[in-house]
Formats: sequence, structure tokens, C-alpha cells
Amino acid sequence: MRFLDHLFLPATRGARRTTTCAPLCGLALAIVCSLPATLCAAVDADVLQAEAARVAVVDAACRSTVAIFAKGGQGGGSGVVISADGYALSNFHVTHEAGTAMKCGMADGKLYDAVIVGLDPTGDVALIKLLGRDDFPHAEMADSDKVQVGDWCFAIGNPFLLATDFHPTVSYGVISGVHRYQYPAGSILEYSDCLQADAAINPGNSGGPMFDAAGQLIGINGRGSFEKRGRVNVGVGYAISINQIKNFLGHLKSGRLVDHATLGASVRSDENRRVIVDDVLEESDAFRRGLRYGDELVSFAGRPVNTANGFKNVLGIYPKGWRVAVSYRRKTEAFDVPVRLRGVHRDGELAQLVQSAPQGEGDEPPKPKGGEPPKRGSKPKMKAHAHAKPEPMPEIVKQHFVDKPGYVNYYFNELNRDRVWKALVARGDYSAWQGAWTLTGQNSTAEEFKLEFSDKQASIKLPSGELAIELGGELANHLEPPGSGGLLVALAIWRRLLVQGPANFGDVYYLGTAPLEGREKLVDVLVGGHGDVECNFQFDPDSGHLVAMELIPEEDTDPCELYFSEYREVEGRMLPGRIEVHHGDEFKEVFQCKQYTFAAPPEKQP
Amino acid sequence: MSFCSHRFSIRRLAVSPAARLGACALLSVSLLCVALEESLSAADSFAAVIAETQPKMVKIYGAGGPRGLESYQSGFLISDQGHIVTVWSYVLDTDYITATLDDGRKFEAKLLGADPRLDLAVLKVEARELPHFELAAGVPGEAGNRVLAFSNLFGVATGDEPASVQHGIIAVKTRLDARRGTFETPYHGSVYVLDAMTNNPGAAGGALTNLHGELLAMLGKELRSAQNNIWLNYSLPIEELRSSIEQILQGKFRPGEDKTTTKPVDAIDLAQLGLVLVPDVLDRTPPYVDLVRADSPAGLAGVKSDDLVVFVGDNLVHSCKGFREELSRIERDSKLRIVLMRDQELVEVEIQPVAEQKK
Repeated sequence: MRFLDHLFLPATRGARRTTTCAPLCGLALAIVCSLPATLCAAVDADVLQAEAARVAVVDAACRSTVAIFAKGGQGGGSGVVISADGYALSNFHVTHEAGTAMKCGMADGKLYDAVIVGLDPTGDVALIKLLGRDDFPHAEMADSDKVQVGDWCFAIGNPFLLATDFHPTVSYGVISGVHRYQYPAGSILEYSDCLQADAAINPGNSGGPMFDAAGQLIGINGRGSFEKRGRVNVGVGYAISINQIKNFLGHLKSGRLVDHATLGASVRSDENRRVIVDDVLEESDAFRRGLRYGDELVSFAGRPVNTANGFKNVLGIYPKGWRVAVSYRRKTEAFDVPVRLRGVHRDGELAQLVQSAPQGEGDEPPKPKGGEPPKRGSKPKMKAHAHAKPEPMPEIVKQHFVDKPGYVNYYFNELNRDRVWKALVARGDYSAWQGAWTLTGQNSTAEEFKLEFSDKQASIKLPSGELAIELGGELANHLEPPGSGGLLVALAIWRRLLVQGPANFGDVYYLGTAPLEGREKLVDVLVGGHGDVECNFQFDPDSGHLVAMELIPEEDTDPCELYFSEYREVEGRMLPGRIEVHHGDEFKEVFQCKQYTFAAPPEKQP
Repeated sequence: MSFCSHRFSIRRLAVSPAARLGACALLSVSLLCVALEESLSAADSFAAVIAETQPKMVKIYGAGGPRGLESYQSGFLISDQGHIVTVWSYVLDTDYITATLDDGRKFEAKLLGADPRLDLAVLKVEARELPHFELAAGVPGEAGNRVLAFSNLFGVATGDEPASVQHGIIAVKTRLDARRGTFETPYHGSVYVLDAMTNNPGAAGGALTNLHGELLAMLGKELRSAQNNIWLNYSLPIEELRSSIEQILQGKFRPGEDKTTTKPVDAIDLAQLGLVLVPDVLDRTPPYVDLVRADSPAGLAGVKSDDLVVFVGDNLVHSCKGFREELSRIERDSKLRIVLMRDQELVEVEIQPVAEQKK
């Protein structure tokens, strides 16, 4: 018997056996609590146990829930802490009101300072960090794809900003629908693949947690179908699924404004209930991977696609830049390809939208664009009532905030960039190897190879021939050897990153996390520009090893991909014994590195 | 127990300990007996029952209108041949009603018949071997029963997306007509009032079941109290609807235009009755009376302007065209029985065309 079945209902066996008191207790627990103890003594032990379990679950869940107040008391909402060091989730539309600093009340009655970390305006998610403790009570994240219609759930939060002592309000219900798609309200705030529940969601619940019966976090409440009945619960609330948020969490921790993804192709449902590609952008990776007008989209990221709506739904849970598996069919031929997703918004467009997003909007639901009826879209946030004068930023928030154009909070980008780097150089740093690097070994056809690269030049030598490039000028013009996408430039940049470190390499930032084929865990991604090319570097979060890098010579072109594995210690540093080269979706070459040699650093020019 | 007094006792529950115990005793009378039955299913996850029930639900699309008149509602299958029970509403005022089944298949639905006194309509789609509720297996509910409400409220689901599910408890079984003047509805039978927010736009025609998935009732149209602006969450017990549904299936309450009867040479017409209908501009313009001559047969019988013609005899009328068609089947001298909807009340009148002729 599942745990949740006990939570709200009388246990089966006991309730049928016992006298009149038991079913009464089961149906109306609140009444039981007010009955004299003598009556309660007759209650079946199973019932009492179920009740106690539920009380414990609710109590624990309440402790991780946060009441968010904007600076100066201008409105607010709810949130939930997801790690002991104070990272907490809320809605974009809640924190947007608050700006950089906010006050967060918790069930312990204490008020904590919090700082904004990252924003996903399209998904209506905000990551904030509560400050001042490293042992915050926090919620465990569930697998929200396992949530079924009919499962019990709780919404906890701060509806109507009732919690003056910060103790949150609990409302319970059942899951009414899963994988729901809700059209964007206004220009952003699209809810895809969300959970629908009949637990009461009211203004102020926004950003607060939706828990399953076991008290595990399944979503973030953010929206209700408020229509003609005003902005109060109508029995239809929507929670952003926690699985979607897990996809974005690494990106949110980067202190950036995070974008959602598009395939670069539009689809329609045809009369045979197939999903057909209507249009493909020629610059898109989908086009380069072979997707064409008229193809039938079969599955996306492992989920079967049956309707155009269903496609939008699954697409909406992925961040820009992720690579997902796409299956499509053309006549009798089937194709399975990995496709790198484009951003929904152009560079800078999202920042502009966020700037222009209304603050402190009134009771009117936002007007959806494109003639979509103004339904299903309003957000249960509390309206700001008074406009207090701006307060100075608290000292502790100042210590956790760095303003930098293009970032929500650059402090967290630097923090994560340095975290990734420190993990890499934990076993020894590479900065001493300023001279040329030489790798020798065998390639996939058992030929001896020699790779040599320094700041100035890079070369490859095989029995069949030799190729060398100079690294001055436009690197995008030296994508040698032909067909590799720029192997020699990539190797030189790899060496440069290791030797120089991210601080001296150039502009290196932490992108967030992304999937890497063949790995269960997401990898940390750093992005760095060098000259006219851009690279991303992917790190295993456990070992700290650099496991892959991509050289992107130009936007909308296939990168040169290097995969590093079989790490071993070389003169006190960890280096890969195997480097695999891919370009497009093809395997190009593998280098089994037998020996690394490092030349003496070049003499400093006077 | 009326809806209001029930609410009152709940409120008192929260006020004083003495009242609490009193209310406990009161509640226990109504809740205890059902609690014993209810507990059987409590241990099962709702998920299994829901998965079994959702395929019986239908999304219905038809005519919408300005000022928030949604063009969709809910329905449920009652036969494997595609018979669908739903509410009788303006959504069905069109020649193009579509019904989307749970598996995403979309059908043109035909209005088989309706009983406006019960807010009830039956549609039919041409499909076979469909999952459905057994009308005969519908069960009565009692206050305190735990229930599940299935509907496409707010049009949340489209295509093959399943209907929404809400849970709640039957707060009371009462009669709607006790609230006449408060809730404007032609339905005056008993209803289950629920403690859940079930009656939302698009939810009407949805199914209310118990925790075993047995059909209890049909979710009613949106109703708002004229006195306190509160929306009522209610549903119409299946036993109130059953006989009408069966009659519709047997051919009663059908639109007259479906029937092939020989028309008399000299039939009744509107001018003779002294009636003027609203201009016939839509494919199904609801047959509202625009003007009535005071001394005409219709005027003498008590027909008023703004009345909506619902039935002529036993035949359902749902357009100006349909009304004229219906009249064309009736001999000029014969007595005419029509049912009108006036301010959400159904009014039956008998018109004597002969009297006018003699004059």
C-alpha cells in the first residue's frame, strides 16, 4: 500500500472494523482533534498513524517554504528552499517586483535577507538565495514525470500575504492534469508541461511549492485559470514542473537571464494526427541534421510527439543550447539525430522584454498576444499596495551581488566559474607548461600521430602527411584539417585554457549545466571567446575533469567537438589518454595519446 | 438541509467548542453511514479509477459568443455507439457541433434531442466500440460522499489531452427550486452541492463519479447567486436525468425537422398566431419572440416578447427555422401546445388558433 493513500483517508482495514468513531475521524480529521481524548482512544491505530504521518509531512514541508516580501513591502509571494545553503525557487513575476534584494520569512518566524541569483522569464522561474545560514531546512525534489492524475498534493505558500508570522498556509488537493500546456500570458511566461491541481491557489501563492503526498517537491505554483470570477481560487491552479526546473537549475545558478529553446522548425498536426514539419530555418541545427519541410516529427527528447501542442509542451522544458534526440520520418525512412536547440529570443531581446515587463500590475490578467482569448492566464501574485521609498541594500546582500551588464547577478557567475576551475586544478595546475605541447600515439587506423600546439602555431603529423597552421589573425579561416571543423585551433585553445586559466584566457563565463551523450549527470559548461571564435568547455561535476569541448567558429555552423577521456596523471596533472574528434554528427578521428611532452616556456621578449 | 443552513453549521463549527460538538453530532448523522462504504476505495490510488474514467469524457465545441460566452463544454459517453450526454446550452445552437474523444479523434456530433427543463441534451457521433458509462449503472449519492469531477473546464485540454479531474465531497443533496429568484435556472430538481470548485466555464456537461468511477451526476451550467454573487458548484443527479435520456434515445424530445410526417395543406403560420420572431440571421437563430399582438391567439394565451420557444408539443425547437418548420406540420385549426423559456423559467401555454379565425 502506498504511503500517500494513508495521508488523507482512513485506512481500509481498520475503518471497516471499528465502531462509529473511526470513520468519523477519517472523514473529518479536524473534528477529531476537537473531540475529548476518551473518544479518540477508540480510534484505530492505523488511522492515528496515518494522521501523524501526514502532520509530519506537512510540518516538514512548511519549514522549507518561504514568504517573499519585496523591498519596502511592495507586494510579494512565496518560494521554497531547495538546498541547505539557501538556494530557493520562486516565480519570475514575484521577484521581478522585488528586484535584487528581498526579505524572506520562514516558518521559524525569522526574516532572512535574500538576493536574486538567476531568472528564467519565459518559464516564470526565479532562483534566489537566502543568506545568513548554511543549514536551511529545504525541500527534496521529486521526479515530477511520475506524478499521476489523481495523486494527492499540497500547495504551501503565502496566499493574500496572510502569514504575518511567516508561517505558511497549506491547501490540499488532487492533481487534475499533467503535461498541460498554457499559452504565454503577455510576451513571456509560457507554462509548458505543467501540473494542474485543484488545491486552492490564490494571489500570494505564486512561487510557492507544490508537494506530493510524501512531501517531495513536484512543482512551483504560478498560475491559475482566473477569468470572470476575479483573482481567487477557481479550482484550477498550475505548477511549473520541478523536472523542467531541474533542466534550468544549472543555468539559473549562472546568475544570468536564461532563455528557452526552439527547434528552428515549426510543425502542424495533419488530418491523420501526425505532426508534420511546416517550416525549417536554414540556419538551424535541425536543418543541418537533415530535417526538412514535410517530414513527420516522431519523437523529441525521447518523448513521442502526437500533436503540435504536445510538441510545444515538451519543447518548453528545455534551455537554449541543449542538444536533444530528435526522431523524424520521411516516407519509409526513419532518422534519429541529436539536435542543438536555438534560443527563443535573439541576443538582448529577452533583457528588453524583462525591462518592459509590467511591475505591480493590477487585478487585470495580462493580455495575451495574437488574438488568443484572455483566458487561463492570470498570475496569483499579490498586488503592491503602497509605494515605499527605496531602501538601501543590506550589507549581506551587497556581499553577494555584482552588477554587470548582461547578467542578473554576476557574483554567482564568477562563483561557479571559479568552482568549476578549482575542481579542475585541484590535482595540480597547468600554468607551468607555457611552452609547446606535443602529443604522440596512435589514431583509429593504428597510424602513429604527432600533435604539436603552442600559443603561436599548431600542427598534426601522420604517416600520410603533415599540416601546420599559424594562430595569428582570423582563426575561423584556419579550420584544419579539412572536415574536422577546426581540430588544430581547438587543441590550441584547449591548451590555452588549461595554461592561462579562465581569468587570463579572455572572457570566460559559466553557462550552466547541459546533458552530454552517454552520461546520466549534467555537465558544467564554461564558455570562452578567443579571437573570433567561441568555445565551450564541459566538465564532469564529480571528477572535475574536462570531458568535452566544442569550437564554434561562427554562429549557425557545426562545431568541432573534442571528447576527452581515459584521464591519467602526467607529471602531477591529469590529462586525457584519449581524444575523440566529432564534426557535424560524424565521428572523425580518435587519438590514443601515449606520451605528452612539454617544451620549456618561451623566453620572455625584452 | 438546505445549502445555506449547511454552510452555516460549518461556520459555527469554527466558532465555539460547544457548537463544535453539536455540529459533530449533526455531521455524524449524515456522514457516518456513507463513511463505511466510502472507506473501501480509500486505499486505492485515484489514478486507476481516473485512468478508467477519462476515456469516457468528451470535449464538445460549438457556438460561442461575445462577453465571455465560451464555445466549448463537456460531455460523457453513455453508449459504445457514440451517444453523449451533455448540457443543453447555447453552445449547441449551431449546425456544426464537434466532439473530440479522449483519444483525440474528432467527430461531427448530431443533436439527438434535448430536455431544456433538465438542462439536458444528448448528442450522437458516428463511432463504435467506445468506452462509456452505463446509464443503468448510475448510482445515487449522499451528503458526505467523496466524489471526482471530470470536465474540460476552461478548455484546458485539447485533442488527445485528458479531461481535468477535481475531487470533493457532496456537501448536501438539496432542491434548486428552493432557491428560486436566487439562482436563475429552468432546472428545479434535486442537485448535489459540492465543496469543490467544479462549475467553471466549459465544465458543464462533465461527469461526477464516486471513488469507484460510478456515475453519480452531470455537472451543471455556471450558476451565480443573484443575491450574494456566489457561484454554485452543483451537479444534476443521474436519476433525475435518466428517464429523459432514455426518452430521447427512444425518439422523444427530438428536433421536429428530423421527423418525416406528411404536412397538412393548410398549416398554422406565425401571422395567424400574432407572433413575430427575432430576425433569422444565424444558421440556428434561437427562436425568441420579438413582438406579440395583444389581441392575437398568442397574446391571449400569454406569450410575451423575449420568450424563447423551446418545445412545440413534444418536439424540440431550437431555431427560428425549426419553429416555422414545426408549425408547418400542424393543421390550421388545431390547438397548439408550446413551451417557452421566460427569465430562466419554463412556461407552458396553449394557443387556440381557431378563436382568432372566427373573429
